[in-house]
Amino acid sequence: MPDGPGPSGGATLVVARRRRIADRLWWAACVVSLLLVVAPVVWVVAGVVQRAVSGWHWSVLTTISTGVGGGLANAIAGTFVLLAGVGVLAGLVGLGCGVYLAEIARPSWRTTVLRSASEVLSGVPSIVLGYVGYEGLVVGLHWGFSLLAGLIVLSVLVVPYVAKSTEIALGQVPLGYREGGEALGMTRSYVLRRVALRSAVPGIATGVIIALAISVGETAPLLYTAGWTNSYPTAHLLHAPVGYLTYATYTFYDDPYPAVRALSYDAALLLVFLVVGLIASSRLVVHLSQRYAPDRALGAGRRSRRPLPAGAAAAGRAAEGAPSL
Amino acid sequence: MLSAVTMVSALVPLGALVAAVVVLLVEAFPAIRYDGWGFLTGSAWRPGNYYGAPVRTGGVLHPVGAAYGALPLVLGTLESSAIAVVVAFPVAVGAAVLVVEKLPSRVAGAVGFCLEVLAGIPSVVIGLWGVLSFGPWLARDVYPVLTHLPNVPPLDIFHGPVGAGEGLLTSGLVLAVMIIPIIAATTRDLLRQVPEATKEGADALGMTHAEAFRTVQVRWVRTGVLGALVLGLGRALGETIALALVSGTVLSSATNIYGTMTTVAATIVSLLDSAQTDPTGLAVRALAEAALVLLVITIAVNIGARLLVRRSARGAALPIGAGF
Repeated sequence: MPDGPGPSGGATLVVARRRRIADRLWWAACVVSLLLVVAPVVWVVAGVVQRAVSGWHWSVLTTISTGVGGGLANAIAGTFVLLAGVGVLAGLVGLGCGVYLAEIARPSWRTTVLRSASEVLSGVPSIVLGYVGYEGLVVGLHWGFSLLAGLIVLSVLVVPYVAKSTEIALGQVPLGYREGGEALGMTRSYVLRRVALRSAVPGIATGVIIALAISVGETAPLLYTAGWTNSYPTAHLLHAPVGYLTYATYTFYDDPYPAVRALSYDAALLLVFLVVGLIASSRLVVHLSQRYAPDRALGAGRRSRRPLPAGAAAAGRAAEGAPSL
Repeated sequence: MLSAVTMVSALVPLGALVAAVVVLLVEAFPAIRYDGWGFLTGSAWRPGNYYGAPVRTGGVLHPVGAAYGALPLVLGTLESSAIAVVVAFPVAVGAAVLVVEKLPSRVAGAVGFCLEVLAGIPSVVIGLWGVLSFGPWLARDVYPVLTHLPNVPPLDIFHGPVGAGEGLLTSGLVLAVMIIPIIAATTRDLLRQVPEATKEGADALGMTHAEAFRTVQVRWVRTGVLGALVLGLGRALGETIALALVSGTVLSSATNIYGTMTTVAATIVSLLDSAQTDPTGLAVRALAEAALVLLVITIAVNIGARLLVRRSARGAALPIGAGF
């Protein structure tokens, strides 16, 4: 493009400068956007850490809450019990759902409906499911505030994520594995159990970990299904409420007693730790699984572990972590 | 045997959806009969006089003076989500562009981790941050500056009493923080799939990056990003706890952009307890009606998003480039 003086050179210079300025503005806007994305994360985590650490005492982890202070031991235990329950319940149901849709059922309008129902379920607000759990289980079936009601509602909430991860993981099993199994005379069921599922384990595990991360942070559905209690969780599945960390964060933050307010920040800190730990472990699972991936070289391994474009990447809510896995 | 067990598991999501709709319909039916269309158009959420003798109207037992209007709730939901989407969209896309185009891969990985952490932080913690740090800072340092903007439409919406940090604009900004990871992660993944050849072609023609982005990348990722945007909208519409903390939870519409308001989800979570004290049970049923409205809105938005995203995943946005 002619750049020097001359009949059209001057105008071209002006245009060239305007385009350069526009380009600089564009990059500046992008940099500002990145800062605006990173700043809240840092601010939230720093704020939580600062508030919790300033009044921290290790007995928070070992004392139960008493209404006017105490610790969070009952809430921590309750959260872990809920996590374990959701891991088992949602893990098994989601695994079965994913295996059915990906392997066993022949693609037809029926599988489309089931898959769409799973995706729609992942978009339903958690308070709606909490309300349904309250009216249906706590009141309707007379279970009262109970561990089982909370478990069922939480599991229903996260089953779509486990199911989707299972489907994607099974879809990424190399065709050569299945063909080799058939060539050796394995039945379809044997191939599924011993070959396909084995190599899909990292993807499935990642899905379960994401489901756990989501259920750790849920408050609304548990408020009206698991209730709250100041005592440790018992073996009673019904008629006995359970404590959990998100309740402490939600309810204690504006309590008149400063000791109780401090518990709210401590619970927030523990929640952040739990979630970051779960996210880190999901990345660890992916990393460990890549060490023995068949086509690691030439960057093909990167391609094979990234989930399907757009459709899978846009899987709602906190599973937005999943696209980068 | 395996197929039977897995088929039952596959029916669980559908069964849960159907159960949710059925429970809500059964629970809300008397309230639907009593409120009629006024539920969607009325602007006063009046539980009535719980302590007087209940009255029967049209077959439904209700406290005297009960009149449930959910318009402020629905308006608050739509307004806060609209603000969230308008703010989150450019920020998320701009950050994704920088991550894909300019950042070295290790920094890009760190930003990706930040996005995952932000997506995973419980909404109650973000709400706590909003009510203790972000909201007060906005009310103290940002909103007074905004009120000095010229008093011409549309900037005149920023005029008015600034409040204490709990309100519509704060809710919208907190929601934006929560949906940015969804949009940014999806945009980043979509941008990574734009073929190098088309970008190199734009470069060879002497385009600046801004111009190349407008002509090349936008065409390729437009539908997918729109889908992610609508998914983020769906998330914002259903957000409960963060808004219960940050919106002020008053049963009326915001008077100005800083004013306190409420959303459907925040109302359900904060009123379900006190609704139990209604001896006729109508208050609980009205909340079921509100939950039904919210369910319908979010399902519609969600289905729209999936259709959009599927359309972009199936075929390239442009026929050109298929030959590469």
